[in-house]
Amino acid sequence: MGLAKRIIPCLDVTAGRVVKGTNFVDLRDAGDPVEIARRYDEQGADEVTFLDITASSDQRDIILHIVEACAAQVFIPLTVGGGVRSVADVRRLLNAGADKVSMNTAAVDNPDLVAEASAKVGNQCIVVAIDAKQVAPGQWEVFTHGGRKRTGLDAVAWACRVQQLGAGEILLTSMDRDGTRNGFDLPLTRAVSDAVDIPVIASGGVGNLQHLADGVTQGRADAVLAASIFHFGEFTVRQAKEFMRERGIEVRL
Amino acid sequence: MASASGRIAVVDYGMGNLRSVWQALVHVAEGREVLVTADPALVATAERVVFPGQGAMPDCMRELEARGLRAVVLEAAKSKPFLGICIGLQMLFEHSDEGDVPGLGVFAGGVRRFPAEKMIAPQGDKLKVPHMGWNEVKHTRSHPLWNGIADGARFYFVHSYCVEPLDRECIVGMTDYGIPFTSAVARDNIFAIQCHPEKSAEAGLALLSSFTRWKP
Repeated sequence: MGLAKRIIPCLDVTAGRVVKGTNFVDLRDAGDPVEIARRYDEQGADEVTFLDITASSDQRDIILHIVEACAAQVFIPLTVGGGVRSVADVRRLLNAGADKVSMNTAAVDNPDLVAEASAKVGNQCIVVAIDAKQVAPGQWEVFTHGGRKRTGLDAVAWACRVQQLGAGEILLTSMDRDGTRNGFDLPLTRAVSDAVDIPVIASGGVGNLQHLADGVTQGRADAVLAASIFHFGEFTVRQAKEFMRERGIEVRL
Repeated sequence: MASASGRIAVVDYGMGNLRSVWQALVHVAEGREVLVTADPALVATAERVVFPGQGAMPDCMRELEARGLRAVVLEAAKSKPFLGICIGLQMLFEHSDEGDVPGLGVFAGGVRRFPAEKMIAPQGDKLKVPHMGWNEVKHTRSHPLWNGIADGARFYFVHSYCVEPLDRECIVGMTDYGIPFTSAVARDNIFAIQCHPEKSAEAGLALLSSFTRWKP
Protein backbone atom coordinates (compact mmCIF):
# COMPACT_ATOMS: atom_id res chain seq x y z
CA MET A 1 0.00 0.00 0.00
CA GLY A 2 1.17 3.52 -0.66
CA LEU A 3 -0.04 6.94 -1.59
CA ALA A 4 -3.82 7.25 -1.94
CA LYS A 5 -5.48 8.81 -4.95
CA ARG A 6 -7.24 11.95 -3.78
CA ILE A 7 -10.86 13.02 -4.21
CA ILE A 8 -11.34 16.77 -4.11
CA PRO A 9 -14.77 18.42 -4.03
CA CYS A 10 -14.71 21.89 -5.56
CA LEU A 11 -16.94 24.79 -4.55
CA ASP A 12 -17.55 27.79 -6.78
CA VAL A 13 -17.87 30.78 -4.49
CA THR A 14 -19.00 34.29 -5.34
CA ALA A 15 -19.15 37.11 -2.81
CA GLY A 16 -18.88 34.55 -0.03
CA ARG A 17 -21.68 32.27 -1.18
CA VAL A 18 -21.57 28.92 -2.95
CA VAL A 19 -22.93 29.22 -6.47
CA LYS A 20 -26.05 27.14 -7.04
CA GLY A 21 -25.92 25.99 -3.44
CA THR A 22 -26.21 22.35 -2.65
CA ASN A 23 -28.99 20.11 -1.60
CA PHE A 24 -27.58 18.28 1.35
CA VAL A 25 -30.83 17.79 3.17
CA ASP A 26 -29.72 18.73 6.64
CA LEU A 27 -27.56 21.76 6.02
CA ARG A 28 -28.61 24.83 7.89
CA ASP A 29 -27.28 27.07 5.16
CA ALA A 30 -26.80 25.48 1.76
CA GLY A 31 -24.92 28.50 0.50
CA ASP A 32 -22.30 28.62 3.25
CA PRO A 33 -18.96 27.41 1.90
CA VAL A 34 -17.58 26.71 5.37
CA GLU A 35 -20.45 24.48 6.35
CA ILE A 36 -20.25 22.60 3.06
CA ALA A 37 -16.48 22.20 3.39
CA ARG A 38 -16.99 20.78 6.88
CA ARG A 39 -19.52 18.33 5.52
CA TYR A 40 -17.10 17.14 2.85
CA ASP A 41 -14.41 16.73 5.49
CA GLU A 42 -16.80 14.52 7.47
CA GLN A 43 -17.45 12.45 4.36
CA GLY A 44 -13.72 11.85 3.99
CA ALA A 45 -12.73 14.36 1.32
CA ASP A 46 -8.96 14.48 0.93
CA GLU A 47 -8.88 18.20 0.23
CA VAL A 48 -11.32 20.96 -0.56
CA THR A 49 -10.96 23.55 -3.32
CA PHE A 50 -12.64 26.95 -3.37
CA LEU A 51 -12.83 28.67 -6.71
CA ASP A 52 -13.61 32.34 -6.17
CA ILE A 53 -15.58 33.59 -9.15
CA THR A 54 -16.49 36.94 -7.61
CA ALA A 55 -16.69 39.42 -10.46
CA SER A 56 -16.57 42.77 -8.69
CA SER A 57 -13.25 43.76 -7.20
CA ASP A 58 -14.72 45.45 -4.11
CA GLN A 59 -16.05 42.09 -2.92
CA ARG A 60 -12.84 40.17 -3.50
CA ASP A 61 -11.69 40.27 0.11
CA ILE A 62 -14.75 38.32 1.23
CA ILE A 63 -13.01 35.11 0.22
CA LEU A 64 -10.32 35.80 2.83
CA HIS A 65 -12.89 35.67 5.62
CA ILE A 66 -14.32 32.47 4.22
CA VAL A 67 -10.85 30.92 4.10
CA GLU A 68 -10.16 32.01 7.68
CA ALA A 69 -13.39 30.51 8.94
CA CYS A 70 -12.82 27.30 7.00
CA ALA A 71 -9.24 26.88 8.23
CA ALA A 72 -10.43 27.17 11.81
CA GLN A 73 -12.79 24.22 11.42
CA VAL A 74 -11.58 21.97 8.65
CA PHE A 75 -8.24 20.24 9.13
CA ILE A 76 -7.57 18.98 5.63
CA PRO A 77 -5.75 20.84 2.86
CA LEU A 78 -7.57 23.80 1.38
CA THR A 79 -6.80 25.13 -2.10
CA VAL A 80 -8.11 28.51 -3.19
CA GLY A 81 -8.09 29.91 -6.71
CA GLY A 82 -9.74 32.57 -8.81
CA GLY A 83 -8.53 36.08 -9.45
CA VAL A 84 -5.02 35.51 -8.13
CA ARG A 85 -2.85 38.11 -9.90
CA SER A 86 0.21 38.72 -7.75
CA VAL A 87 2.49 37.31 -5.10
CA ALA A 88 0.69 39.60 -2.66
CA ASP A 89 -2.59 37.85 -3.54
CA VAL A 90 -0.94 34.48 -2.92
CA ARG A 91 0.38 35.62 0.44
CA ARG A 92 -2.98 37.03 1.54
CA LEU A 93 -4.71 33.72 0.85
CA LEU A 94 -2.00 31.65 2.54
CA ASN A 95 -2.03 33.95 5.57
CA ALA A 96 -5.79 33.56 5.79
CA GLY A 97 -5.32 29.79 6.04
CA ALA A 98 -5.19 28.40 2.50
CA ASP A 99 -2.63 25.64 2.04
CA LYS A 100 -2.31 26.01 -1.72
CA VAL A 101 -3.20 28.78 -4.12
CA SER A 102 -4.07 28.15 -7.72
CA MET A 103 -3.45 30.56 -10.56
CA ASN A 104 -4.61 30.35 -14.14
CA THR A 105 -4.89 33.44 -16.35
CA ALA A 106 -2.21 35.28 -14.37
CA ALA A 107 0.26 32.45 -14.98
CA VAL A 108 -0.30 32.65 -18.74
CA ASP A 109 -0.07 36.45 -18.80
CA ASN A 110 3.01 36.49 -16.61
CA PRO A 111 4.80 33.14 -16.26
CA ASP A 112 7.39 34.79 -14.02
CA LEU A 113 4.66 35.06 -11.41
CA VAL A 114 4.73 31.27 -11.01
CA ALA A 115 8.48 31.32 -10.49
CA GLU A 116 8.36 34.28 -8.15
CA ALA A 117 5.51 32.93 -6.04
CA SER A 118 7.06 29.49 -5.88
CA ALA A 119 10.40 30.90 -4.77
CA LYS A 120 8.70 32.97 -2.08
CA VAL A 121 6.25 30.48 -0.59
CA GLY A 122 7.49 27.09 -1.82
CA ASN A 123 6.27 25.06 -4.77
CA GLN A 124 4.07 22.93 -2.50
CA CYS A 125 1.77 25.96 -2.21
CA ILE A 126 1.53 26.77 -5.92
CA VAL A 127 -1.02 25.10 -8.16
CA VAL A 128 -1.28 26.10 -11.79
CA ALA A 129 -4.76 25.61 -13.22
CA ILE A 130 -4.85 24.81 -16.92
CA ASP A 131 -8.06 25.06 -18.93
CA ALA A 132 -7.61 23.13 -22.17
CA LYS A 133 -9.66 22.53 -25.30
CA GLN A 134 -8.98 19.96 -27.97
CA VAL A 135 -7.92 21.59 -31.25
CA ALA A 136 -6.83 18.48 -33.17
CA PRO A 137 -6.61 14.76 -32.38
CA GLY A 138 -4.18 14.43 -29.51
CA GLN A 139 -3.66 18.17 -29.30
CA TRP A 140 -5.06 20.64 -26.78
CA GLU A 141 -4.76 24.39 -26.47
CA VAL A 142 -4.72 26.42 -23.27
CA PHE A 143 -7.59 28.88 -22.81
CA THR A 144 -7.97 31.60 -20.22
CA HIS A 145 -10.73 33.86 -18.92
CA GLY A 146 -12.98 30.93 -18.15
CA GLY A 147 -12.43 29.36 -21.56
CA ARG A 148 -13.20 32.46 -23.61
CA LYS A 149 -9.72 33.43 -24.69
CA ARG A 150 -7.26 31.36 -26.73
CA THR A 151 -3.62 31.56 -25.82
CA GLY A 152 -1.92 29.65 -28.63
CA LEU A 153 -0.18 27.53 -25.97
CA ASP A 154 -0.10 23.77 -26.26
CA ALA A 155 -1.51 22.31 -23.03
CA VAL A 156 1.13 19.58 -22.61
CA ALA A 157 4.00 21.95 -23.34
CA TRP A 158 2.53 24.54 -20.97
CA ALA A 159 2.23 21.94 -18.22
CA CYS A 160 5.92 21.09 -18.61
CA ARG A 161 6.78 24.77 -18.60
CA VAL A 162 4.92 25.55 -15.38
CA GLN A 163 6.57 22.57 -13.71
CA GLN A 164 9.95 24.07 -14.63
CA LEU A 165 8.82 27.45 -13.36
CA GLY A 166 8.03 25.94 -9.99
CA ALA A 167 4.41 24.79 -9.92
CA GLY A 168 3.89 22.07 -7.33
CA GLU A 169 0.76 20.65 -8.86
CA ILE A 170 -1.45 21.02 -11.94
CA LEU A 171 -5.21 21.36 -11.91
CA LEU A 172 -6.20 20.29 -15.41
CA THR A 173 -9.70 21.10 -16.66
CA SER A 174 -11.09 20.01 -20.01
CA MET A 175 -13.21 22.88 -21.31
CA ASP A 176 -14.81 20.45 -23.77
CA ARG A 177 -16.04 18.25 -20.94
CA ASP A 178 -16.70 20.76 -18.17
CA GLY A 179 -20.38 20.72 -17.33
CA THR A 180 -21.22 17.86 -19.73
CA ARG A 181 -21.22 15.03 -17.17
CA ASN A 182 -19.68 12.84 -19.88
CA GLY A 183 -16.50 12.13 -17.98
CA PHE A 184 -12.97 13.52 -18.03
CA ASP A 185 -11.06 14.04 -21.26
CA LEU A 186 -8.94 10.96 -20.55
CA PRO A 187 -6.41 11.35 -23.41
CA LEU A 188 -5.75 14.93 -22.29
CA THR A 189 -5.36 13.89 -18.67
CA ARG A 190 -3.03 11.08 -19.56
CA ALA A 191 -0.94 13.19 -21.93
CA VAL A 192 -0.33 15.82 -19.27
CA SER A 193 0.13 13.39 -16.40
CA ASP A 194 2.69 11.36 -18.34
CA ALA A 195 4.56 14.49 -19.40
CA VAL A 196 5.17 15.95 -15.94
CA ASP A 197 6.61 14.72 -12.65
CA ILE A 198 4.35 16.78 -10.41
CA PRO A 199 0.85 15.64 -9.40
CA VAL A 200 -2.04 16.25 -11.78
CA ILE A 201 -5.63 16.81 -10.66
CA ALA A 202 -8.18 15.85 -13.33
CA SER A 203 -11.21 18.10 -13.63
CA GLY A 204 -14.19 18.72 -15.86
CA GLY A 205 -17.01 16.41 -16.87
CA VAL A 206 -17.60 14.05 -13.96
CA GLY A 207 -21.15 12.66 -14.09
CA ASN A 208 -20.80 9.38 -12.23
CA LEU A 209 -18.43 7.39 -10.07
CA GLN A 210 -16.99 5.39 -12.95
CA HIS A 211 -15.72 8.66 -14.39
CA LEU A 212 -13.73 9.30 -11.21
CA ALA A 213 -12.18 5.84 -11.39
CA ASP A 214 -11.39 6.27 -15.09
CA GLY A 215 -9.58 9.51 -14.38
CA VAL A 216 -7.15 7.60 -12.21
CA THR A 217 -6.83 4.31 -14.08
CA GLN A 218 -6.92 5.59 -17.66
CA GLY A 219 -6.07 9.25 -17.20
CA ARG A 220 -3.35 8.45 -14.65
CA ALA A 221 -4.42 11.43 -12.59
CA ASP A 222 -3.09 11.68 -9.05
CA ALA A 223 -6.30 13.29 -7.85
CA VAL A 224 -9.81 13.84 -9.20
CA LEU A 225 -11.89 16.94 -8.70
CA ALA A 226 -15.65 17.15 -9.00
CA ALA A 227 -18.39 19.55 -8.09
CA SER A 228 -21.94 18.74 -9.04
CA ILE A 229 -22.05 15.00 -8.30
CA PHE A 230 -21.22 15.79 -4.70
CA HIS A 231 -23.08 19.08 -4.30
CA PHE A 232 -26.45 17.75 -5.27
CA GLY A 233 -26.18 14.79 -2.96
CA GLU A 234 -26.16 12.18 -5.72
CA PHE A 235 -23.09 10.63 -4.17
CA THR A 236 -21.09 11.21 -1.04
CA VAL A 237 -17.33 11.37 -1.13
CA ARG A 238 -17.33 8.17 0.89
CA GLN A 239 -19.40 6.37 -1.74
CA ALA A 240 -16.98 7.57 -4.38
CA LYS A 241 -14.06 6.21 -2.41
CA GLU A 242 -15.73 2.87 -1.78
CA PHE A 243 -16.45 2.59 -5.51
CA MET A 244 -12.83 3.31 -6.36
CA ARG A 245 -11.49 0.92 -3.77
CA GLU A 246 -13.65 -1.90 -5.16
CA ARG A 247 -11.89 -1.26 -8.46
CA GLY A 248 -8.46 -1.65 -6.94
CA ILE A 249 -7.68 2.03 -6.53
CA GLU A 250 -5.96 2.98 -3.31
CA VAL A 251 -7.96 5.58 -1.38
CA ARG A 252 -8.10 6.94 2.17
CA LEU A 253 -11.14 5.43 3.83
CA MET B 1 14.53 27.25 32.56
CA ALA B 2 11.09 27.72 34.04
CA SER B 3 8.21 26.51 31.95
CA ALA B 4 5.43 27.53 34.25
CA SER B 5 3.54 29.17 31.43
CA GLY B 6 1.99 26.03 29.99
CA ARG B 7 2.60 27.84 26.73
CA ILE B 8 2.97 25.94 23.49
CA ALA B 9 5.36 27.90 21.28
CA VAL B 10 5.35 27.44 17.52
CA VAL B 11 8.76 28.60 16.30
CA ASP B 12 8.37 31.17 13.53
CA TYR B 13 11.57 31.75 11.58
CA GLY B 14 9.83 33.46 8.71
CA MET B 15 9.46 30.52 6.35
CA GLY B 16 5.91 30.21 5.21
CA ASN B 17 2.59 30.24 6.82
CA LEU B 18 2.14 28.78 10.29
CA ARG B 19 -1.53 29.56 10.61
CA SER B 20 -2.59 25.97 9.92
CA VAL B 21 -0.31 24.61 12.63
CA TRP B 22 -1.45 27.24 15.10
CA GLN B 23 -5.11 26.71 14.25
CA ALA B 24 -4.95 22.94 14.72
CA LEU B 25 -3.07 23.27 18.02
CA VAL B 26 -5.61 25.78 19.32
CA HIS B 27 -8.32 23.32 18.35
CA VAL B 28 -6.85 20.57 20.58
CA ALA B 29 -5.09 22.59 23.30
CA GLU B 30 -8.18 23.03 25.49
CA GLY B 31 -7.76 26.70 26.15
CA ARG B 32 -4.02 26.72 26.73
CA GLU B 33 -1.89 29.39 25.17
CA VAL B 34 -0.60 28.60 21.70
CA LEU B 35 1.76 31.21 20.36
CA VAL B 36 3.42 31.57 16.98
CA THR B 37 6.58 33.42 17.87
CA ALA B 38 9.98 34.50 16.58
CA ASP B 39 11.03 35.69 20.04
CA PRO B 40 13.76 33.44 21.49
CA ALA B 41 12.70 34.36 25.03
CA LEU B 42 9.15 33.17 24.47
CA VAL B 43 10.42 29.90 23.00
CA ALA B 44 12.79 29.49 25.92
CA THR B 45 10.04 29.88 28.51
CA ALA B 46 7.47 27.75 26.73
CA GLU B 47 6.42 24.47 28.23
CA ARG B 48 6.37 22.79 24.80
CA VAL B 49 7.85 23.67 21.45
CA VAL B 50 6.57 22.95 17.96
CA PHE B 51 9.19 23.26 15.24
CA PRO B 52 7.48 23.40 11.84
CA GLY B 53 8.93 24.12 8.45
CA GLN B 54 8.14 24.42 4.80
CA GLY B 55 9.96 25.48 1.70
CA ALA B 56 13.60 24.65 1.08
CA MET B 57 15.86 23.52 3.90
CA PRO B 58 18.77 25.88 3.05
CA ASP B 59 16.41 28.86 3.38
CA CYS B 60 15.02 27.46 6.63
CA MET B 61 18.48 27.01 8.17
CA ARG B 62 19.55 30.48 7.06
CA GLU B 63 16.47 32.14 8.53
CA LEU B 64 16.73 30.19 11.77
CA GLU B 65 20.27 31.50 12.22
CA ALA B 66 19.42 35.02 11.08
CA ARG B 67 16.67 35.33 13.65
CA GLY B 68 18.82 34.09 16.48
CA LEU B 69 16.63 31.06 17.11
CA ARG B 70 19.12 28.25 16.60
CA ALA B 71 20.38 28.07 20.17
CA VAL B 72 16.95 28.21 21.77
CA VAL B 73 15.62 25.49 19.44
CA LEU B 74 18.59 23.24 20.25
CA GLU B 75 18.04 23.86 23.96
CA ALA B 76 14.34 23.03 23.66
CA ALA B 77 15.21 19.83 21.81
CA LYS B 78 17.24 18.79 24.86
CA SER B 79 14.86 19.81 27.58
CA LYS B 80 11.12 19.90 26.82
CA PRO B 81 8.40 18.24 24.77
CA PHE B 82 9.44 19.03 21.22
CA LEU B 83 7.53 18.32 18.02
CA GLY B 84 9.22 18.67 14.62
CA ILE B 85 7.01 18.83 11.55
CA CYS B 86 8.08 18.33 7.91
CA ILE B 87 11.21 20.45 7.30
CA GLY B 88 11.27 20.76 11.07
CA LEU B 89 12.01 17.02 11.11
CA GLN B 90 14.62 17.29 8.36
CA MET B 91 16.44 20.17 10.06
CA LEU B 92 17.09 17.97 13.11
CA PHE B 93 19.49 15.84 11.05
CA GLU B 94 23.15 16.45 10.33
CA HIS B 95 23.07 17.30 6.68
CA SER B 96 20.68 17.76 3.75
CA ASP B 97 21.34 17.07 0.09
CA GLU B 98 18.90 19.88 -0.61
CA GLY B 99 21.30 22.74 -1.16
CA ASP B 100 24.09 20.68 0.48
CA VAL B 101 23.62 22.34 3.88
CA PRO B 102 24.31 21.21 7.44
CA GLY B 103 21.34 20.76 9.75
CA LEU B 104 21.11 20.99 13.52
CA GLY B 105 22.59 17.55 14.12
CA VAL B 106 20.18 16.48 16.84
CA PHE B 107 19.85 13.12 15.07
CA ALA B 108 22.66 11.38 13.21
CA GLY B 109 22.00 10.94 9.52
CA GLY B 110 21.11 12.87 6.41
CA VAL B 111 18.27 14.11 4.25
CA ARG B 112 18.01 12.78 0.69
CA ARG B 113 15.77 13.39 -2.28
CA PHE B 114 13.49 10.54 -3.32
CA PRO B 115 15.69 8.58 -5.75
CA ALA B 116 14.37 9.16 -9.28
CA GLU B 117 15.16 5.59 -10.39
CA LYS B 118 12.95 4.14 -7.63
CA MET B 119 9.92 6.32 -8.29
CA ILE B 120 7.86 3.56 -9.91
CA ALA B 121 4.66 2.11 -8.49
CA PRO B 122 4.17 -1.69 -8.30
CA GLN B 123 1.85 -1.45 -11.33
CA GLY B 124 4.58 0.33 -13.26
CA ASP B 125 3.18 3.85 -13.06
CA LYS B 126 5.50 6.75 -12.48
CA LEU B 127 5.45 8.10 -8.92
CA LYS B 128 5.35 11.87 -8.78
CA VAL B 129 7.67 14.05 -6.69
CA PRO B 130 6.76 15.89 -4.50
CA HIS B 131 5.17 13.03 -2.61
CA MET B 132 1.86 14.80 -2.12
CA GLY B 133 -1.24 13.38 -0.50
CA TRP B 134 -2.38 10.84 2.07
CA ASN B 135 -0.09 7.93 2.84
CA GLU B 136 0.17 5.31 5.55
CA VAL B 137 2.39 5.72 8.58
CA LYS B 138 3.34 2.34 10.00
CA HIS B 139 4.31 2.29 13.65
CA THR B 140 7.69 0.62 13.94
CA ARG B 141 7.72 1.25 17.67
CA SER B 142 5.05 2.15 20.18
CA HIS B 143 5.07 5.73 21.37
CA PRO B 144 2.71 7.83 23.52
CA LEU B 145 2.03 10.09 20.54
CA TRP B 146 0.65 7.13 18.57
CA ASN B 147 -2.08 6.68 21.18
CA GLY B 148 -5.50 6.59 19.56
CA ILE B 149 -4.01 6.39 16.06
CA ALA B 150 -4.32 3.16 14.09
CA ASP B 151 -1.10 1.55 12.91
CA GLY B 152 -1.05 2.45 9.21
CA ALA B 153 -3.40 5.42 9.52
CA ARG B 154 -3.05 7.88 6.67
CA PHE B 155 -1.52 11.32 7.09
CA TYR B 156 -1.11 14.18 4.62
CA PHE B 157 2.39 14.53 3.15
CA VAL B 158 4.02 17.13 0.92
CA HIS B 159 7.76 16.71 0.44
CA SER B 160 10.52 15.82 -2.01
CA TYR B 161 13.20 14.88 0.51
CA CYS B 162 13.20 12.35 3.35
CA VAL B 163 15.41 11.61 6.33
CA GLU B 164 17.82 8.67 6.67
CA PRO B 165 18.67 8.17 10.35
CA LEU B 166 21.94 6.38 11.09
CA ASP B 167 20.57 5.19 14.41
CA ARG B 168 17.63 2.98 13.46
CA GLU B 169 16.50 2.95 17.09
CA CYS B 170 15.03 6.44 16.73
CA ILE B 171 12.61 5.40 13.97
CA VAL B 172 8.99 5.20 15.15
CA GLY B 173 7.17 5.49 11.80
CA MET B 174 7.81 4.25 8.26
CA THR B 175 6.00 4.99 5.00
CA ASP B 176 6.30 3.52 1.50
CA TYR B 177 6.67 5.68 -1.57
CA GLY B 178 8.82 3.96 -4.16
CA ILE B 179 11.13 3.21 -1.25
CA PRO B 180 10.35 2.64 2.41
CA PHE B 181 11.30 5.88 4.15
CA THR B 182 11.40 7.13 7.73
CA SER B 183 8.29 9.21 8.37
CA ALA B 184 8.64 9.69 12.13
CA VAL B 185 11.46 9.63 14.67
CA ALA B 186 11.51 9.98 18.43
CA ARG B 187 14.04 10.08 21.25
CA ASP B 188 13.45 11.12 24.84
CA ASN B 189 11.52 14.43 24.69
CA ILE B 190 11.61 14.74 20.90
CA PHE B 191 9.06 13.52 18.38
CA ALA B 192 9.35 14.57 14.75
CA ILE B 193 7.25 13.63 11.78
CA GLN B 194 7.50 14.19 8.01
CA CYS B 195 3.80 14.65 7.29
CA HIS B 196 1.52 17.50 8.31
CA PRO B 197 -0.58 16.49 11.32
CA GLU B 198 -2.29 19.90 11.17
CA LYS B 199 -3.76 18.88 7.80
CA SER B 200 -4.35 15.21 8.53
CA ALA B 201 -7.93 15.26 9.83
CA GLU B 202 -8.66 13.05 12.87
CA ALA B 203 -5.35 11.20 12.92
CA GLY B 204 -3.39 14.43 12.84
CA LEU B 205 -5.51 16.10 15.51
CA ALA B 206 -5.12 13.03 17.74
CA LEU B 207 -1.35 13.29 17.45
CA LEU B 208 -1.32 17.01 18.20
CA SER B 209 -3.69 16.50 21.11
CA SER B 210 -1.40 13.84 22.58
CA PHE B 211 1.56 16.15 22.14
CA THR B 212 -0.11 18.91 24.14
CA ARG B 213 -0.43 16.47 27.07
CA TRP B 214 2.73 14.40 26.57
CA LYS B 215 4.98 13.98 29.60
CA PRO B 216 8.18 12.43 28.28
